[in-house]
Amino acid sequence: MNIVVCVKQVPDSAAQLSVEGGQISWGEAPLVINPWDEYAVEAALQKAKDLGGSVTVLSMGKESETEALKHALAMGCNEAVLVSDPALAGSDNVAAARVLAAAIAKVDDVGLVFFGKQAIDSDTGTLPAQVARVLGWPALTLVSAIDELNADGIKVERAIEEGRQVVQSGLPAVVSVIKDYGEPRYPSFMGIRKAARATIPVWALGELGIEAPSPVVAWPEVMAPPQREIATEIITGGSPAEIAATLADKIMAEKVL
Amino acid sequence: MTNKIWAYIDQFKGEALPSSWETIGAGLTLAESLGGGVTAVVFGENIKGVAEEAFQYGADEVIVADDPTLGDYRAEAYTTLLAKLAADSAPDVILFPTTTRGREVSGMAAVDLNTGVLVDVTALEVVDGVVVATRPIYAGKLLAKVQCSAKPQLITLRGRAFAKPVEDATRSGTPITVPAALTEDEISVKVVDYATVSGGVSLADAAVIVSGGRGVSNNPKLTPPGDLDEAGQEIWKAQQGFKLVGDLAAALGGAVGASRAAVDAGYIPYSNQVGQTGKVVAPDMYVACGISGAIQHLAGMRTSKMIVAINKDPDAPIFKLARFGVVGDLFEILPPLVEAMKARLGK
Ligand SMILES: Cc1cc2nc3c(=O)[nH]c(=O)nc-3n(C[C@H](O)[C@H](O)[C@H](O)COP(=O)(O)OP(=O)(O)OC[C@H]3O[C@@H](n4cnc5c(N)ncnc54)[C@H](O)[C@@H]3O)c2cc1C
Ligand SMILES: Cc1cc2nc3c(=O)[nH]c(=O)nc-3n(C[C@H](O)[C@H](O)[C@H](O)COP(=O)(O)OP(=O)(O)OC[C@H]3O[C@@H](n4cnc5c(N)ncnc54)[C@H](O)[C@@H]3O)c2cc1C
Repeated sequence: MNIVVCVKQVPDSAAQLSVEGGQISWGEAPLVINPWDEYAVEAALQKAKDLGGSVTVLSMGKESETEALKHALAMGCNEAVLVSDPALAGSDNVAAARVLAAAIAKVDDVGLVFFGKQAIDSDTGTLPAQVARVLGWPALTLVSAIDELNADGIKVERAIEEGRQVVQSGLPAVVSVIKDYGEPRYPSFMGIRKAARATIPVWALGELGIEAPSPVVAWPEVMAPPQREIATEIITGGSPAEIAATLADKIMAEKVL
Repeated sequence: MTNKIWAYIDQFKGEALPSSWETIGAGLTLAESLGGGVTAVVFGENIKGVAEEAFQYGADEVIVADDPTLGDYRAEAYTTLLAKLAADSAPDVILFPTTTRGREVSGMAAVDLNTGVLVDVTALEVVDGVVVATRPIYAGKLLAKVQCSAKPQLITLRGRAFAKPVEDATRSGTPITVPAALTEDEISVKVVDYATVSGGVSLADAAVIVSGGRGVSNNPKLTPPGDLDEAGQEIWKAQQGFKLVGDLAAALGGAVGASRAAVDAGYIPYSNQVGQTGKVVAPDMYVACGISGAIQHLAGMRTSKMIVAINKDPDAPIFKLARFGVVGDLFEILPPLVEAMKARLGK
């Protein structure tokens, strides 16, 4: 049984974002693997070791967007595939889900597909469930632990608003993991060398055997959030009790409570 | 089911999540431009009370599927039913709360209905008959205007971004009941167990959040029990700090948050983390205690209405976003602040 893990390349989380000529700019900030997806790669590598299968890391993006794939290879994934086609520019989530599902279907004997929780750039967090829906496989999202996994099925713990939920299903299944799963490993020196030398195959729509899905969601405008004028007032003077009393009065006077 | 605007009510064990009602409020506002009323949709088991509440919060019509197969939320069962109802009645817009279930059902229903979903939206407007939504991207560092050209337009609303309608106990109605779409045999996921975290206000719904950072363990005056190793001593100290943070949250009826440094150091569970890779929150008041204000933390709380910062370091970046700041030791400031707030709030 093989495993696929889906990763996205995004600007570093410390990037200062701005809008220049209607386009999003992250300045000099490096492009990295989406931080959530490192947990997904970790989970995929652990489970492949338990089950004896191989891990294919999959990303959809421009031809130059190989940074996330290389990071995942360096962590230990066996194969990497970039899905790239000029016709995919401007894909919305449903379109992206149909394309990723078609790519997953091309990989042999897939039992599990791992995702991160959310991409830190467009922040929708819906893709894992949508890919599952296109494939017709169970969607096990926001997974903090995998309690059982064998050829017949999987039992996982999910984090929901109300606490923790334990669910089980058959395989194949789609799993999105959260940080509670466990710290991702660092790429090894050997891994980094291997990743640097790897040539990553690119699958265009022709290879996937599908037409470009037509997106229906558009984002005609991006903008910086309105600047907030905040006049900071530092409370000083007197004992901690006096400072606390002044602060409490000021908080009450703002009338937000 | 003639209304063109639907509101999906997310419930857990017969209780609606508070942000669900905001979808009815936002739906009623859209209806002023688009016409018609708002139809609320509720799925679950033993949810008569939720349906009654939906009328009280302003729904003109309520569709209810009350069935044992819907007792435990399973994405497949809920999505299949919602997509079937929407395919039959062809609403123009379905609004969901951005809860874990709302996100999932809306995303999957978008696949079934061959449409799109606009996720975690903070504002809605109608321009020439088209719904245009505003959503934060890059954890709120930027905003995007988004729209969906297919119907129904599925939209999830960020909690607390839209006003909750005023409950009117005199409103009532008779729900339209519909059957479930799948039998138990057709649902591949089974729920084995729940461990609900008891009490406390959830971060998403909290009007006030008091958060602690790495600074909560920094009190040289405390003497930890002698049998602890160094890491254990630090965590013990952090627990004393988080107790103060929790006391202030309790006095204000709020929830407890944390920075990633506090979570990574094992002071508090990840579910409390605020920030780019934690929860994005926008309470009326956010109190940051011993938090420096790294960009990834600010991304998660910068749209809070009022921010208060308590930090030893006058140059901590958190002060730039704060309406009020105290340069000082949180262990000295928090105890009298808890008492002062209690006194002013009559507690
Ligand atoms: C400004 C802006 C706003 C947008 N708003 C919307 C919107 O409201 N609705 C909509 O349908 N689309 C929207 N999009 C398009 C959306 O960014 C793409 O559909 C994207 O491919 C998936 O969304 P996400 O990055 O938010 O994924 P998420 O659902 O947040 O990602 C979850 C996981 O999916 C995997 N993943 C994500 N992207 C890829 C990828 N390219 N390759 C492989 N794995 C991946 C990763 O494991 C990731 O952790 C928007 C795009 C922009 C630029
Ligand atoms: C990919 C990525 C994602 C990230 N996501 C997040 C995220 O979601 N959320 C998040 O918070 N961070 C996130 N971070 C981490 C972030 O960069 C910071 O490291 C983190 O926010 C720092 O936490 P802190 O402010 O508690 O700690 P520090 O930066 O160490 O600050 C501690 C502060 O406490 C003050 N202090 C110390 N003692 C006291 C005292 N007794 N009384 C008062 N003040 C005191 C100090 O002056 C200092 O300002 C992320 C980082 C990366 C790389």
